[in-house]
Amino acid sequence: MESELANPKANQARRKLNVGPRSRGDRVFFGITSLAANFAFVLVALILVFLMVSAWPALQSQGLAFIYGSTWVADEGAEPIMQLGPMIWGSIQIAFIGILLGTPMAVATAYLIVFMLPSRAAKVATTVVDLMAALPSVVIGLWGLIVFTPVAAHWAQILNQTLGWFPVFAIEGEQPTYVDSPFIAGWIVAVMIVPIITSVTREIFSQMDSGLINGALALGAGRWAVLSRVILPTSRGGILGGVLLGLGRAIGETVAILYVLQLSFDINWYQILEPRGGAVASFILARFGEATPLEFQGLMAAGLVIFVVTLIVNTIASLIVNRSTRRVK
Amino acid sequence: MTNSTPSASTLSAEDISVWFGERQVLSNVNLVFPANQVTALIGPSGCGKSTFLRTLNRMHELIPGAGLAGSVLLDGVDIYAPEVSPVDVRINIGMVFQKPNPFPTMSIRENILSGLKLSGRKTANADELVETSLRRASIWNEVKDRLNDQALSLSGGQQQRLCIARSLAMDPKVLLMDEPCSALDPGSTRRIEETIEELSESMTVVIVTHNMQQAQRVSHQTAFFLADENTPGGVVEFGSTEQVFNTPVDPRTNDYVNGHFG
Ligand SMILES: Nc1ncnc2c1ncn2[C@@H]1O[C@H](COP(=O)(O)OP(=O)(O)OP(=O)(O)O)[C@@H](O)[C@H]1O
Ligand SMILES: [Mg+2]
Repeated sequence: MESELANPKANQARRKLNVGPRSRGDRVFFGITSLAANFAFVLVALILVFLMVSAWPALQSQGLAFIYGSTWVADEGAEPIMQLGPMIWGSIQIAFIGILLGTPMAVATAYLIVFMLPSRAAKVATTVVDLMAALPSVVIGLWGLIVFTPVAAHWAQILNQTLGWFPVFAIEGEQPTYVDSPFIAGWIVAVMIVPIITSVTREIFSQMDSGLINGALALGAGRWAVLSRVILPTSRGGILGGVLLGLGRAIGETVAILYVLQLSFDINWYQILEPRGGAVASFILARFGEATPLEFQGLMAAGLVIFVVTLIVNTIASLIVNRSTRRVK
Repeated sequence: MTNSTPSASTLSAEDISVWFGERQVLSNVNLVFPANQVTALIGPSGCGKSTFLRTLNRMHELIPGAGLAGSVLLDGVDIYAPEVSPVDVRINIGMVFQKPNPFPTMSIRENILSGLKLSGRKTANADELVETSLRRASIWNEVKDRLNDQALSLSGGQQQRLCIARSLAMDPKVLLMDEPCSALDPGSTRRIEETIEELSESMTVVIVTHNMQQAQRVSHQTAFFLADENTPGGVVEFGSTEQVFNTPVDPRTNDYVNGHFG
């Protein structure tokens, strides 16, 4: 307040709040929690600094072409050319495929759990989905290689034979194997992100105002109309947040993808059934063992790219999820 | 489309008993809601008024474990007959809830048209339908310049009248209202009561209320529900509002309407 008249007590001193003796337990608890919280923060900052320092020489020597170029030659002796383009594009590509495949599955699962299954079955389903989220990536990768690849190859074959006239599903080679493609890697990403998207969506669905659903039913809506016109529009934001959280995991994914994708610097723009693709994280893992010191710096720069992108995606995701869980209530 | 007001219908509940799982909450309710009459359902909390109301438009059956006996006739046709679709029932028999529930992602206009969209119907003249529905719920003047605003930008009382308008857009023959004013201020309550009076010219209205004055102001006939502890609820007294409030036959009715319990 500016004017003294408007608020005659403007100069009144404010009391100090949150004062008074605290129990010892309270103080210890506060100390430990703030230490832990700061520790996590400091750790993240340290990793970032470490990555930046080790990546700097490579970034400086390669320039912007590090991001968009598509040659990676880092043999002993010669000046290395390190351009990550196809790997970055590949990461985007399989993330996109994974989201496209995974989101409908996750939303359908969450819908079943919240609105259709009797409560005991819903609990079981929830536990199974949460267990899926805890599966180590190696296990998913091995499953992908041994069990899933033959199945997905069959689907790829059908796609290619029926929709092959459409460039996305075309294959150039003479005797296609239908394996090692971005299509299959996308499926693996889907398997990895479905549990995350499902649990976020389930949370949001279960906080849905039942008054809206009853209102829609009383207007003569069927189940599908309720889902598509009331439930989904209201929870759109939260589902998007869940998708981004899943994406945050998928971007950093290495082992599982490495098992099922043929990495290649011959950039594959859109032919998702071709056995050529990219994934930054898997590439780092693939090269790491035999990298020369200079190449090592390039791989660190690749790690930095993943780290920064993951950080951004996760931050946006948390913001969206927090906001929309509040709003649905 | 000329907005012909549909002829009101007579709704009758015959021997309605209701269960949730094994637990029976209503037993042998017989009530007739004549065309163009407003019927108030009164009674203490938990005696089954809302449950009974939901049997009248087949919303009850959506609850897992719900059970029902008896029949509900709309102009003589059993709404629970196997050849009758629940969707048609709910379109003919509209419902307004205790808590205003406009769809938050839709504009005012879209809320009015939401019933058509949700039930997969079309209208020749959407603008006209929006206007007549809002006029019938006497909220047109307040919202006519902001039809594309979000529904949640309205006050609670306006939201409730929007919900009434949304039901009216479906041209229901019967309108069920479950404590439509309990979350509202006296001003909004009075306006909704006026609306109910006008609506009864073109439809049959059943309203649940805890407000004795409201029951006397808006209704032609009143049914008093009661459930003794651990027994299913039922109708203790049913008659003209005048009679139920002034010369109740049952002493329990007398106690209730005079505020001695409940
Ligand atoms: N979904 C449900 N599942 C199980 N029991 C229910 C359910 N809904 C209501 N009941 C029970 O049925 C009985 C009647 O409830 P109802 O909501 O119809 O009462 P009411 O008369 O509308 O009360 P109020 O005036 O408080 O709204 C209560 O004993 C209640 O516990
Ligand atoms: Mg009730």
